[in-house]
Amino acid sequence: MKKISWRSLAIIIFLCVTAFYLAPLAIPNLPQWWAEKTLKLGLDLKGGMQILLEVDTSELGASDAKSAVDQNIKIIRDRIDKFGVAEPSIQKIGEDRILVQLPGLADYSGAENLIKQTAMLEFKLVADPVTADQVMQSIDANISANIAFFPSLQDRMKPLNPADTTAANTQSVFSGLFTRDAGDFVVQWDVVPLVRELLADTLFAQVVRSGYQLALDKPDPTTTRGERRIYVLQANPELTGGEISKAKMEYGSPNSTDPNVANKPYISLEMNNDGARKFETATSNNVDRRLAIVLDNIVYSVPLIRERISGGRAQITGKFSAEEAHELSIVLNTGNLKAPIKPISTVIVGATLGSDSIKSGKMAGIIGLVAVVIFMLIYYKASGFIADIALFFNIGFILAMLTAFGATLTLPGIAGIILTIGMAVDANVLIYERIREELAAGKTPRSAVDAGYKRAVVTIWDANITTLIAAAVLYNFGTGPVRGFAVTLAIGIIGSMFTAIVMVRGIMETFVLTGTKKTMSI
Amino acid sequence: MRLFTNTNFQFVKNRKTFFILSALLIIAGIIGLVVNGLNWSIDFTSGVAAKVNLKAADSSVSPLRIDQLRSVLKSNGFPEAEIQHVGDLADASFMIKIKSPKSESDVSSDTKNRIIEIIVQNFPDHVKGKDVNRDVIEEIYEVGPKVGGELRTQALMAVFISLILIVIYVWFRFELTFGFMAIAALFHDVLIIIGIFALTGKEITIQIIAAMLTIVGYSINDTIVVFDRIREDIKANRKDSYEDVFNAAMNRTLSRTIITSGTTLLTSLALYFFGGSVLQDFAFAMTLGIVFGTFSSIFIASNLVIEWYHFSHKEKQSIQHLTKKK
Repeated sequence: MKKISWRSLAIIIFLCVTAFYLAPLAIPNLPQWWAEKTLKLGLDLKGGMQILLEVDTSELGASDAKSAVDQNIKIIRDRIDKFGVAEPSIQKIGEDRILVQLPGLADYSGAENLIKQTAMLEFKLVADPVTADQVMQSIDANISANIAFFPSLQDRMKPLNPADTTAANTQSVFSGLFTRDAGDFVVQWDVVPLVRELLADTLFAQVVRSGYQLALDKPDPTTTRGERRIYVLQANPELTGGEISKAKMEYGSPNSTDPNVANKPYISLEMNNDGARKFETATSNNVDRRLAIVLDNIVYSVPLIRERISGGRAQITGKFSAEEAHELSIVLNTGNLKAPIKPISTVIVGATLGSDSIKSGKMAGIIGLVAVVIFMLIYYKASGFIADIALFFNIGFILAMLTAFGATLTLPGIAGIILTIGMAVDANVLIYERIREELAAGKTPRSAVDAGYKRAVVTIWDANITTLIAAAVLYNFGTGPVRGFAVTLAIGIIGSMFTAIVMVRGIMETFVLTGTKKTMSI
Repeated sequence: MRLFTNTNFQFVKNRKTFFILSALLIIAGIIGLVVNGLNWSIDFTSGVAAKVNLKAADSSVSPLRIDQLRSVLKSNGFPEAEIQHVGDLADASFMIKIKSPKSESDVSSDTKNRIIEIIVQNFPDHVKGKDVNRDVIEEIYEVGPKVGGELRTQALMAVFISLILIVIYVWFRFELTFGFMAIAALFHDVLIIIGIFALTGKEITIQIIAAMLTIVGYSINDTIVVFDRIREDIKANRKDSYEDVFNAAMNRTLSRTIITSGTTLLTSLALYFFGGSVLQDFAFAMTLGIVFGTFSSIFIASNLVIEWYHFSHKEKQSIQHLTKKK
């Protein structure tokens, strides 16, 4: 037997590596460690959700900001794990961004709420009606003195008062937005967005008397046009989420007379020793006042303190669904984020679209492949057949390498594979055209192949390195799907160079150029 | 089977005609750019794009019309929404786009949920019996203003950087004139495609940028194959005039260029016709790129090199330089 050359060795390694990584796709019942190494589908094919979050560290020092981002990532991961999503991916992007990918997820809004909630829990006393009125009046006075800073309210005043701004209207510029219900302020659904915007405005915070704050209650999840309430709270919390040791969702007793409790989900809270002590003091000092349970500046419930409560237990009841209560118990257990985050871009892909994309991608791939294979057969005959074999190995190699790198197959990645089918024959075409030229010049197949390879290989290198440069730039520019495209393109180029220069030549040397044949099929 | 063997097309002699043809295409594109501008997708402008399927599960419910959806969105606070039908009328798939929310704040996060809410409330018959998350929402993109702006800069940078790197590589392997003319040919390809996108009003998405970069890589590949042959033939035929050498090299590489472009074109057309709606514009850009990239590789790039030698009167010196190099 002939000595094993470097070429056959390279081909054997190439085939083994390809087979090793493709096996999990084709063969069932492989051992676990092997079967695990299978090609993952990207979010755009599997369906799911991706959120890019930005951490607002503007209120933290430089060192705190850095650790806040990392701690937020940990908390988010914790929440997602408890929520139950298979194969989540949570990455830090740049300084202050977090990319969360949840493939195969179906409950989009639930997951989004879960992730972005700061979950800052606070217990705050509701101001008594007299104080609440005073606070409202001072807000009215402050706003009308600085009306230029509140264009949304200025606009609102105009239609009421086309001629002039009389005192009557400016006096209740803010409190006039609400109706009264037994001392509480009720916000009609159509002014809710305006009020919400004002509450988020830092200028507005300056016109509220110090020591107090305003907060809306939780919207009713069953209707979007429900009225809301706005509460005047004492800004200093009696107790915070840091003093909660455990939160759990439970259902209210069916015998309860309170419609918000009977058979409804609620959250039971257990406080740590410190919290229990604080809670006891706060309740004993404020009997007959209302204590607001506030989460991320939204009032969930305002129970009346009837007596001193010891033992460190409390409940959050309110208008929530079982899903919401479950999410809430998760966020309360995982603690509050160290700095607020907000989603700056979201991608949702339905599972149907994903599977449709795979189907049509496969279709396009098969049609493209068949067309190219037939063309090569007609144009180059037996040599075309060899190039076709190389093409199949090349496609296998791309899939195998994607698996080996742990890359995910995305829709642009599929497009990349399909385009590679067309481009991959290029190296063979270059070589074959040169061989034809050499044969036409009167050379024997043996020397024509040698000369053809010698000349074409330089060209193949030059031409493909420039394409690799473009793929590398694409990889650096893109995220997600586009990156997948760049990777497939690059692997395809490398694979096509290898199959054309090494594998096709090996096949030719072994099967075609034997003996002293005078012709070759090309 | 053979195509284009022993051709002797007068590529060099007729170069002015090709230049004029290219110039016309580019001018048309520039006019399109000036008049229409580019239709940047949500990826770059920020806003919300939602694809929803509102085909009623109950077949007796009449299919939803686009104007019904439009008027409902309009009366619920989204007068600026652009709505398009996707696919067959019977499929009742709609793409709803709301670009650049007026406010810089994070309103878009609610916009997405609001749109779905509005649809569910107003078209109960079309949503009935379907799981909103699974069957109604096909796709939603939501991009904040910050991300959109950044991405546009990044995309331009990416195209620019890849061009520079390719000039450097071609300069290193051939010589600077070849490098610059190759890049000129690439600009030509990208400009024409951008022009066509401006004229047709098709959206520039991230995928289109990816297609452009691939075209850059693909077109340079073709161009280099021709350059390579010129370099080789110059060494072999020192006595011939460079115009003859160039023309012969272009003819000799013609069959390879056409065949490779042909096979790639086959696959990109397969993608265009069978690859599904998501990839259609990408395949469109790729197909155009292959056509114009091949055109510029055959007719423009090498001819530009010749034109430059004429212009600078340093033909001899350059060619000697080239033969010395390798």
